[in-house]
Amino acid sequence: MIAADHIFLLRWFGLSWTTAVIDSVVNDSLLILTCVLIITMLRYYLPQKEKYVHLVTWCILLTIIAILLTKVILKNIFAGDSEYILFFNRSLWVRASLDFLLLGCLILVSVIWYNWQEQSEQEQRKQDAEKLSKEAELFKLRQQLQPHFLFNSLNSINALIGSRPEEARKMVQQLSDFLRGTLKKEEHQWVTLQEELQYLQLYLDIEKVRFGHRLSTKIEYDEAISEMKLPALLLQPVMENAIKFGLYDTVDEIEIILKAAKEDNLLVLSVTNPFDPETSAPKGTGFGLQSVQRRLYLLFARNDLVSTETKENIFTTVIKIPQS
Amino acid sequence: MSSKVIIIDDEPLARSIVIEYIQQFPDLVVSQVCSNGYEGVKAIQQYKPDLIILDIQMPKINGFEMLELIENPPAVIFATAFDEYAIKAFEAHAIDYLLKPFNQERFEKAIKKWREQKDKSAGEKQTKQLLDDVALTAPQNQRIVIKDGSKIKIIPVQDVFYLEAADDFVKVFTKEGYFLKNKTMSHFEQVLDPSQFVRSHRSYIVNLQQITRIDPYEKDNHVAVLRSGAKVPVSRTGYPKLKAILGL
Repeated sequence: MIAADHIFLLRWFGLSWTTAVIDSVVNDSLLILTCVLIITMLRYYLPQKEKYVHLVTWCILLTIIAILLTKVILKNIFAGDSEYILFFNRSLWVRASLDFLLLGCLILVSVIWYNWQEQSEQEQRKQDAEKLSKEAELFKLRQQLQPHFLFNSLNSINALIGSRPEEARKMVQQLSDFLRGTLKKEEHQWVTLQEELQYLQLYLDIEKVRFGHRLSTKIEYDEAISEMKLPALLLQPVMENAIKFGLYDTVDEIEIILKAAKEDNLLVLSVTNPFDPETSAPKGTGFGLQSVQRRLYLLFARNDLVSTETKENIFTTVIKIPQS
Repeated sequence: MSSKVIIIDDEPLARSIVIEYIQQFPDLVVSQVCSNGYEGVKAIQQYKPDLIILDIQMPKINGFEMLELIENPPAVIFATAFDEYAIKAFEAHAIDYLLKPFNQERFEKAIKKWREQKDKSAGEKQTKQLLDDVALTAPQNQRIVIKDGSKIKIIPVQDVFYLEAADDFVKVFTKEGYFLKNKTMSHFEQVLDPSQFVRSHRSYIVNLQQITRIDPYEKDNHVAVLRSGAKVPVSRTGYPKLKAILGL
């Protein structure tokens, strides 16, 4: 449309059809090229609001480049046509201002469009995060109330009632506190490391009663980081995964080690458990870990916060929590 | 006359409660308590018990896999906390099972039922059918558990090169040679993932991941050459099956 308009305008100024068409093609294709350049640039790099002034600079710069290129090319084509060259020089400012106007409009529209798109994407992500964190919460709840864990714990209590009633009482208390924790923590999204570890200890104590001497655990961290934050109920499924993996993949006594440390602006948690490399193909992330990974993705839009590695017969899960 | 009982459970308190309940029966003697399937297999061979009380989820090999390794399994009472698929299987075969936690009364009922079962061979057959049924569900079809002399071998299915029929057994070939499993070819054909394993011949099932090429062999026949260099016969009906699934 621009090209057609361009041609008619030139005709009106008294240029021949051929000249008008060539001029239009060169001028307008360069203009379109610049437009594409700008759209692509803005798609991948949208400047922050306070840097919008850069866009004006860009606009001016691109206009100058486009006009200069047009000039060079057209002057080469019509080298002998002094009348045309005179016309071109006279129309230079008109062309420049038109190009600038067009590019300016385009930038404005693109910025608005991409901003809107990003915003709706963010909105969508926020909505998904909200929905899925709720889901995750429910999933966690279900996990904590994992039937296998719950019924086996009750079975252990049942056995203790006959032989060691004091311990039975203690375990009932631990199980209740643990279950209450899963219900209470729904509202609070973030807890300190210390709180999470206290809660985790309830779970570990119950598991130790269940599995007796086969299971031992070690938690290592520096007091200085006990106030670092993490999403509530995040650690327990990771530990549960490690305990299950360790206990059911070997027949020996196992030790699960949890280490917490600060690295730059991250809280880094690593959990190790033994496994048998002969019989279990490393499965990457297990089912329990998938939910942790998903939850962290929803909170931070990052997929690199959960990783696993195997070294000889030791499986390590590493969780990184960015601190705000 | 007293009966011998073996208890197999990986949780110490779960074992102790069963011992406690059994003490109410003067004619039941606990020969051994085991904390995993490996110990269970040994103890069953050694004591030839009349009854086993068996947990399902245990380290390394689960209760079902352990039973598969025993030639003439004794009567079993399963005790489990929660295994959806197992419970379905029990119900399908009318086999008694205890849901943890269970009380003395419920335990007595199970013992009574066991005593009343006169036809022992019927029970054995029921157990066999149960195992076949369970084998069709995960995670059993991810690995093959085999008794190799006194050792127990767990073979992840992806490590299997091919299977060969051998009378009442199936030879399971791996990089360490072959192991014998007392199952039928059609059992494995059902259990193994059909996109991974193809019955290339009446007597052979081959792991597709292991095939490097298929060569013609004599008239109308072919052989699949594996990475290990082994050659697995491909019959006239097996060849089109292989070709289709390999996309040749």
